[in-house]
Amino acid sequence: MLSFTSQRLLVAFSVALTVSIVAFVLLHLSGDLATAIAGPEATVAQVAEIRHQFGLDRPITAQYFDWLWHALHFDFGNSFYYRDTVVSLVVSRLPVTLTLGAISLALSLVVAVPLGVLAAVYSDTIIDRLALGFCVLGQAVPTFCLGLVLIIVFAVQLRWLPVSGTASWKNYILPSIALGWYAVPAVMRLSRNGMLEVLSSDYIRTARAKGLQPSVVILKHALRNAIIPVVALAAVQFGFMLGGSIVIEAVFNMQGLGYLAWEAIARNDFPVVQAVVLILAVIYVALTFLADVANAFLDPRIRLA
Amino acid sequence: MNVTAPAGTDAATDALREAAAARPTLRTAFLRRSLRHSGLVIGSVTLLVIVAVALAAPLLAPHDPYAQDLAHRLIPPIWQANGTWDHVLGTDKLGRDYLTRLMYGARISLLIGALTVLISGTIGTSLGICAGYFGGRVDSVLSYIVTTRLALPVVLVALASAALVGSSLEGVIVVLGLLLWDRFAVVTRSSTQQIARTDYVAAARAIGCSTPRILVSEILPNILSALIVVATLEMAHAILLEAALSFLGLGVQPPLPSWGLMISEGKQYMFFSPWVIGVPAAALVCLVLAINLVGDGLRDVTAPENRG
Amino acid sequence: MPLLEVENLVVDLPVSSGTLHAVNGISFNLERGETLAIVGESGSGKSMTSLAVMNLLPKRANRRANRLVFDGIDLANAPNARMRTLRGSRLAMIFQEPMTSLNPSYTIGNQLTEALRCHRSVPIASARDRAVQLLEKVGIPGAARRLGQYPHQLSGGLRQRVMIAMALMCGPDLIIADEPTTALDVTIQAQILHLLADLKREFGMAMILISHDLGVVARVADKVAVMYAGQVVESGAARSLFGTPRHPYTRGLLNCIPVPGRTTPGAPLGAIPGQLPSLIGPQRGCAFRERCAFAAPECAGDIAFITAEPGHDVRCVRLGALGMAA
Repeated sequence: MLSFTSQRLLVAFSVALTVSIVAFVLLHLSGDLATAIAGPEATVAQVAEIRHQFGLDRPITAQYFDWLWHALHFDFGNSFYYRDTVVSLVVSRLPVTLTLGAISLALSLVVAVPLGVLAAVYSDTIIDRLALGFCVLGQAVPTFCLGLVLIIVFAVQLRWLPVSGTASWKNYILPSIALGWYAVPAVMRLSRNGMLEVLSSDYIRTARAKGLQPSVVILKHALRNAIIPVVALAAVQFGFMLGGSIVIEAVFNMQGLGYLAWEAIARNDFPVVQAVVLILAVIYVALTFLADVANAFLDPRIRLA
Repeated sequence: MNVTAPAGTDAATDALREAAAARPTLRTAFLRRSLRHSGLVIGSVTLLVIVAVALAAPLLAPHDPYAQDLAHRLIPPIWQANGTWDHVLGTDKLGRDYLTRLMYGARISLLIGALTVLISGTIGTSLGICAGYFGGRVDSVLSYIVTTRLALPVVLVALASAALVGSSLEGVIVVLGLLLWDRFAVVTRSSTQQIARTDYVAAARAIGCSTPRILVSEILPNILSALIVVATLEMAHAILLEAALSFLGLGVQPPLPSWGLMISEGKQYMFFSPWVIGVPAAALVCLVLAINLVGDGLRDVTAPENRG
Repeated sequence: MPLLEVENLVVDLPVSSGTLHAVNGISFNLERGETLAIVGESGSGKSMTSLAVMNLLPKRANRRANRLVFDGIDLANAPNARMRTLRGSRLAMIFQEPMTSLNPSYTIGNQLTEALRCHRSVPIASARDRAVQLLEKVGIPGAARRLGQYPHQLSGGLRQRVMIAMALMCGPDLIIADEPTTALDVTIQAQILHLLADLKREFGMAMILISHDLGVVARVADKVAVMYAGQVVESGAARSLFGTPRHPYTRGLLNCIPVPGRTTPGAPLGAIPGQLPSLIGPQRGCAFRERCAFAAPECAGDIAFITAEPGHDVRCVRLGALGMAA
């Protein structure tokens, strides 16, 4: 378990480092930052001035190591637009996005896992068909469309919930449904297929031969084993949700990390963009690492190896 | 030697004749299975209709997609009060005909879907085939690259790069094409690993075929059905992402009639005229649903366990 | 009254190309404390028969029987809940695959005590005591320590011993062992078999032993039923059946095992040419006739059991011609 964990930790670190390079290079190669910062009306001299002022005329490797060194000390520089450090901006916006992501993940798991289990237990019946049909339909609805539909129905016409903002817990309900929706098909399919595989295994037959109640057979013996890959998927989906929350935060006007990044991109506030990309990537890497460890912990064959 | 040669040729022609006879039956069996799969049938018919409408948009469309008519702004569609047959699906905030823009919008979505998949498919397939065929260190390098790629938040990186490249149709296609190759690589890798172990690849290697030739003429044709399934699903993915980018104002730029852009432009009127976003959203859902149904259907129909 | 009465048991499975007749009207009785061996090649329906008695057939399968009675309880019409109270407590089963028949996520102790606690609601401590006692009985060293271990930490032979202990936990009246030794090493096979025979005697249980290995069966069975293609072709007391096998199929099977002193070393062993017929579609006549050296036109008609000697029945119309009639 210890060697497994340390090996995964090493991989996670090197992936995070590679991602930081990719994120940095991507933003520096996609276009000329100095021209973008200076704006369309700037003269050649002004652009050169900005290039020098932000150190953009130095070799890219020097710029990268400089940036990385500061980033490792939680210093991502100052925002071009806000008169504030990037770190304090991120710290003030992160809770909204994390809350949104956590509620969305919880919602999608609460819907998708039982649905997947039901579809597997009642496979090839109408319940199974309905669940699969729901998945196919779910995958075709873009999150921002769902968000807008939810606003029209529940906020405007029924007036049950607020349209936008982050003032109270009620503000999180609609965005979480819209964001969580995205993960439901994948989680449901994985739970269903995992359950189907486990239910046809020899040890489930043993459990039934013991005369245990069907609920014990399904919940204790089958679900425990089928849930292991779902844990890993949930971690990955949480990472996707944090990355995808940009769309939902824009729809619902929530001042989270995604909204910050969206504004920053539109305003060429590239220290903020770079910081958000790196932070989301590092969170994703950390989540997949935790998922690997959780997997190993749940499976005695790895835990005791 | 002379005596056995004609006999050998006979056997060879017999085998060829048998193969030729077997091919149409294989194809009809495939067709019969496809026609029995209701999801695949519904999906392909819908998709064909959308493609036909997109191709024939200049002939079918009742108006010019860019012609503004400020006197006739926000006319509701025909099923609502005040709707007119002149604008069946109504008009937008600049008085442009919604049906016309929807038809032209299908061209953008399909173009983006197809070209993105072409780019990402080429990248992902080459990486996956190499990793699957050579294995070992090449394989570990690829899985490391895929892990890194998955760690990047797609929407955010696509938005940022598209903004820097200059938000445009071409920019969106290139950025999405360079980002969405991961599933191609993963699927190609595992299919290649299976094919590379088979006897006919060993035979090709034994008669001295060069490695590139084995990859292209032995392995590629055999992983094609798996590739097509991934391509359809990734096409849907690309179309959804383009809509999201355009909705956020950093994808395709006005006045192009992208569906995501139509939804974004309609957002400010949605409280009073929900159809402004409802119509393009419904079109988007139909297209993506149709593509996904085709992809899922093809997977069911070509799955090896269904053969025989 | 017999402990288990089975009369005209039928198991059908719908498959894409028709109906598969896995078990085709078989009958047998089992007294308390008796061992019945069901013998046949793989695919002959012996496992399906045992799963049908336990009501553990695959969901798609249909089971019908004129009589399926266990200790006065009609199993054919018992509701699922009633069946569940019998399974694991009075009817226990040991499966063929010890490597995969234990849940990898739970400890041996957890899985051993589970059935007892479900059926008898005994406290954990006494359930664990019983588990330790039985693990020692089935010959597992360091029994108390094993309770905390996971299946993957045990070898195949040990796991099968655990499965046997698990089946004994509630003190069943009938134990069904479906090829309990097939997946194990040859040396361990004999140990497990002797263990089963000893335990059966000690606990006074009846046993149905499913096997394709006649050598195994000859040593432990009181009665033998030979199955072929979903039918019983010959059944009788072990001594009588092995002493004078009458059905051409049984005789073919017995020719396949070398017998010290009777088989000439180096001489080829008998093999039955051909393969099992398709069980899909209507079944009529003797299923073995395609492979039988003595087949005649009447073998395609309906065939009744002939009692060759008391308690020894044979399903063959050609017995007279073979000189095997009583």
